Amino acid sequence: MLFVPVTLCMVVVVATIKSVSFYTQNDGQRLIYTPFPEDTDTVAQRAVNSILNATIMITVIIVMTLVLVLLYKYRCYKVIQGWLFLSSLLLLFFFSYIYLKEVFKTYNVAMDYFTLAVIIWNFGVVGMMCIHWKGPLRLQQAYLIMISALMALVFIKYLPEWTAWLILAVISVYDLLAVLCPKGPLRILVETAQERNEPIFPALIYSSTMVWLVNMADTDRPKRNSTDAASPQQETADAVASPAPSSLSQDDGGFTPTWVNQQQHQLGPIQSTEDTRREIQEMPSARPPVDDDDEERGVKLGLGDFIFYSMLVGKASATASGDWNTTLACFVAILIGLCLTLLLLAIFKKALPALPISIFFGLVFYFATDNLVQPFMDRLALHQFYI
Amino acid sequence: MTAAVFFGCTFIAFGPAIALFLFTIAREPLRVIFLIAGAFFWLVSLLLSSLVWFISVQISNKESAAQQKGLLIFGVVLSVLLQETFRFAYYKLLKKANEGLLALSQEETMPISIRQLAYVSGLGFGFMSGAFSVVNILADSVGPGTVGIHGDSQHYFLSSAFMTMAIILLHMFWGVVFFDACEKQRWWAVAAVVISHLVVSCLTFQNPEYIASLVPTYVILFLMGIWAFYSAGGSLRNLKLCLTCKDKDFLLANHRPR
Repeated sequence: MLFVPVTLCMVVVVATIKSVSFYTQNDGQRLIYTPFPEDTDTVAQRAVNSILNATIMITVIIVMTLVLVLLYKYRCYKVIQGWLFLSSLLLLFFFSYIYLKEVFKTYNVAMDYFTLAVIIWNFGVVGMMCIHWKGPLRLQQAYLIMISALMALVFIKYLPEWTAWLILAVISVYDLLAVLCPKGPLRILVETAQERNEPIFPALIYSSTMVWLVNMADTDRPKRNSTDAASPQQETADAVASPAPSSLSQDDGGFTPTWVNQQQHQLGPIQSTEDTRREIQEMPSARPPVDDDDEERGVKLGLGDFIFYSMLVGKASATASGDWNTTLACFVAILIGLCLTLLLLAIFKKALPALPISIFFGLVFYFATDNLVQPFMDRLALHQFYI
Repeated sequence: MTAAVFFGCTFIAFGPAIALFLFTIAREPLRVIFLIAGAFFWLVSLLLSSLVWFISVQISNKESAAQQKGLLIFGVVLSVLLQETFRFAYYKLLKKANEGLLALSQEETMPISIRQLAYVSGLGFGFMSGAFSVVNILADSVGPGTVGIHGDSQHYFLSSAFMTMAIILLHMFWGVVFFDACEKQRWWAVAAVVISHLVVSCLTFQNPEYIASLVPTYVILFLMGIWAFYSAGGSLRNLKLCLTCKDKDFLLANHRPR
């Protein structure tokens, strides 16, 4: 189920790279995190420069992660929220403005600043609301995919060639260490969040189900279709609604209110209340507790994973000589890595790094397809041989 | 060489496969996973065969065109054999994984049968094979150009699209027959699949005489289709029931509450 959003993000990035030439142009500009240029005279100098760039970038990422974990540990939630707020503000307004501008340039669409301002304003404000507050699940997922794609495009544009590949390799190693080592910052973050029973910030994680709905069913009365039922009926109906919080269906399962009323009339209260259920649950049971299946809890994937997957596939489509073959191969490799990671997740049932396997497969397949498979397929296509 | 050619060839090549995917596979995440795993296995087989070809080209005489063509033919045959080997390896892996899945899901029946796996993995192989054969050609067909201006055949795009469609469907049929033969230990059927794959690939050596390569390929496609239909449990009776919407098992199994 994570295939669809990952695929969508990659499709957006690849479509943009193929059509908008802005993101593949080298303007000579670099990020401040990668100050060493790569258009040097010798290969050795280029290698050294790219290693230095990757080192600086990874140090910056490590420092920022440590700062985030420290802030979280000492409960400086306001600082973290402010930081996330500012960064998503930047992404949703500034980067999407640049993206839209370049798309208009590519397709030669004339648009006045007033309309553009209205569009960007609406896009940004709805995005901020969906990501940081409440919004329809699909819209929130769509916005998260869009900001991941925008970030991946920024990386593709501003990171020079060898630096980008090195960063991908190094960051998957870092991800592995940070999540699995006992003192790893990401592991500390996840464990602290689990101890305090809080969800990790929605602005950083893509989740396939609603997390906040659990709270909503307890505090608000969810609207039901059978609003014409008698009020004692409604009390018991709400008590039934709360243990199944993540299902959003309004289906009363065929038990129409009149039928339930009639049964209650004849047999007494038939629906379980909090008290009756607590009594039953406190009894020792021979059956082991049933795990929540995936549908209810949902699988979560960090936005950083989206960004780096899309960056790999985007770079493959931008710079590979095998073009679509390489892009397809990297796409399949990343999806298989994701499958394997989810399989390991089902086996080990704890937070796992999503980057290492996928990025490893992606890199192997990128270089192998570009250098080995592409000449072969090219010759075959020339003679129109089919394998 | 316009959008018409691009869309036409894309739909010819991938139309049946995408329809199969959308109607039978897209709704079940487990089938999608096995489809992509099948595509991955095909990719690995291609990688190995192109590695061998690349090494053999590096150590050969790059000037002689005949030698290069001979090496290419060797590469094609090796690739076909490796693909079938990886199909067998995927079959073995799926058998092992089925037992694991059964233990993991705590249910009594397997969530996906070996026949469904055969179909899905065959289609995965087909998708990847078709995509690698034709996507670059389709991308080129959008741009400007004149087909066959140097004296080559003018039907390059169309024949590529038809060949790709045949290959995708053939991979699916081969998958079904292959897995069924492995289940029932009928090794002659496995050999027949490998030989028919070799025959189809070798027929393409005659391109650009498309009549000599496409017509036998479609005949083989038709025959393999019938063989796969029978080995998947189909029969004339089933077919009649299905077409007149009277097949009660199928209707009950696919009944979805509104």
